[in-house]
Amino acid sequence: MSATPLLSVRGLTRTWDGVHGCHDVSFDLYPGEVLCIVGESGSGKSTLLQALSMQAPAQRGTVSYDMCESGLTDLATLSSARLRLLARTDWGFVHQHARDGLRMQVSAGANIAERLMAVGQRHYGELREIAGAWLEKMEIDLARLDDTPHAFSGGMQQRLQIARNLVTHPRLVFMDEPTASLDVSVQARLLDLLRRLVSDLDLAAILVTHDLAVARLLAHRTLVMQGGRVVEQGLTDQILDDPQHPYTQLLVSSILQG
Amino acid sequence: MSQAQQAEHAQTLIEVRGLGKMFTLHNQGGIRLPVLQSVDFEAARGECLVLSGRSGTGKSTLLRCLYGNYLATKGSIRLRDTSAEGAPWVELTNAPEQRVLRLRRDVIGYVSQFLRAIPRVGALDVVAEPLQQRGVDRNVARARAAALLERLNLPRRLWELPPATFSGGEQQRVNIARGLIGGHPILLLDEPTASLDADNRAVVIALIREALAEGRCLIGIFHDEAVRDAVATRLLPLQPATAIA
Repeated sequence: MSATPLLSVRGLTRTWDGVHGCHDVSFDLYPGEVLCIVGESGSGKSTLLQALSMQAPAQRGTVSYDMCESGLTDLATLSSARLRLLARTDWGFVHQHARDGLRMQVSAGANIAERLMAVGQRHYGELREIAGAWLEKMEIDLARLDDTPHAFSGGMQQRLQIARNLVTHPRLVFMDEPTASLDVSVQARLLDLLRRLVSDLDLAAILVTHDLAVARLLAHRTLVMQGGRVVEQGLTDQILDDPQHPYTQLLVSSILQG
Repeated sequence: MSQAQQAEHAQTLIEVRGLGKMFTLHNQGGIRLPVLQSVDFEAARGECLVLSGRSGTGKSTLLRCLYGNYLATKGSIRLRDTSAEGAPWVELTNAPEQRVLRLRRDVIGYVSQFLRAIPRVGALDVVAEPLQQRGVDRNVARARAAALLERLNLPRRLWELPPATFSGGEQQRVNIARGLIGGHPILLLDEPTASLDADNRAVVIALIREALAEGRCLIGIFHDEAVRDAVATRLLPLQPATAIA
C-alpha cells in the first residue's frame, strides 16, 4: 500500500434524470486495495461504478487515475482513444451476468486472448499458451479451451469472464455483483478465487455487492450507499461490527445468523 | 531525560486516555448505551495486562476499540508504530484507514473469540496468512504455521482442511496460531482458552509466556482464573458505565 492513490474521486455526481443515480461521492482508492460498495437496489451503486469506469461520465466532480506516464490525471481530460486503451489494458470490468462480458460465439481461448490481440500480440502459439494458463488458473479444464462459453456452466462463465479481464494484468478491476447470479455453492469457489487473485496480483478492485458477507471476505474498506449518497464509509470490519448510520445499522442487523 | 528513562519510555507500546464508548441504536428509538467511560491505562513490552470485571463491563468492547473495529466515542488511543523508523506514536482514533490497516499488519494483532473461517482455505494457510501478508515466502510461512499447529496438538490430518467443520477447540487453536504467528508487538486476546482442554490450555499459557519473554505486549480477557494467574503481570479492572442522559 503506497502513499499515492490509484484512483481519486471528488464530488462525483451522475444522475439519469436529475434524481436517480449517485450524488457527491468522494473517496481515494490505493494500489492493491479492495473497496466494496454496498446498499440496496436503486441506491446508486451500479451508476457509481459506471461513472467511475467512465461508461457514464460524471456530470459534476472528478475521477482521477494514476496514469503511468502523467501521474494522477482527471479522466475527463483524456481522449476517447486513450480512455479505451486504459479500459482494456489497465482496467478490468466484470459484469454481473457473464454473457454481458463475454463473446458467446467465440471459443474460451479467443475470449481470453482478445485483449492481448487488441494491444498487438499476434503470435498464435503464445496467445494459446497464455489463454490455457489462465484457464487452469481459473480451475477450468484445459480441454475446454476451444469450447464456446455457451457450453459452460454459470460459474465457469463467470471465471472465464474474470480471466478475460485479468490477462493484461490490470491494476484496477471494477466488478458489478460478480457472485449475485450464481448458486450459493458456486459463489464460495468464485469468492475464494477472487480473494487469491487480488492478493497474488496486487490488484485494486471496486466491487458492488448487496451481500455484506462478500464485503467481509474480500474488502479492506466498505462504502455504504442509500438514496444515491454515501452515508458511511470505513474499514470493512468497523462498518459491519460497529455501524454508525441508521441505514447501515438496519442493513447489518438484517443479516441472517447462519 | 536520562538514557535509562528514555529506554524505559520506549518500552511503552500503547497508551489509552479518557477512552469512552457509547452505542447509539438508531433503529431502537435512538437508545444510547454507554459501555466504556474514561478508561486510562498504558502497557509496555513484556507486560500481560488482563482486563477484569463482571460480564457486561465492556472488556471485549475495549479490545475492539483498540483494534479499531469499534470506533471510540471519546478519548485517545495511542500506539507505537514499531515498524516505522524511530517507532513514532500514532493516534489510532483519527488515523487514516490505510495507516490502521498497516498497523494491523505490522504492529497490533487480535485473537477473537471465534475463528472466522474462509471457504476453501485450509487450516495451515489460514495460520500462515498474516506472515505472507508481511511478505514472508509462502513455504517459510507454512513451515512456521506447521510448527505452531504441531505445538498446539492440532492433528496433522486436519492441516489442509478448511476449519469450518472443526470442533470449537480445534478452531480456537487455529485462531490462536494465526494470532501469534505474525509476531505483532501488541497482541489482543479475547478468551483464547475458553474452549480448550487442560493440556492445550497449558500449551497456550506456555506460548503466551514465550511471547512476553520476547518483549511483546499482551492485553487480554481470561475468565479462567488459573490461566489468568499464570499469565497476568497486571490487572485492569473495568467498572460498569453509569447510565447518562
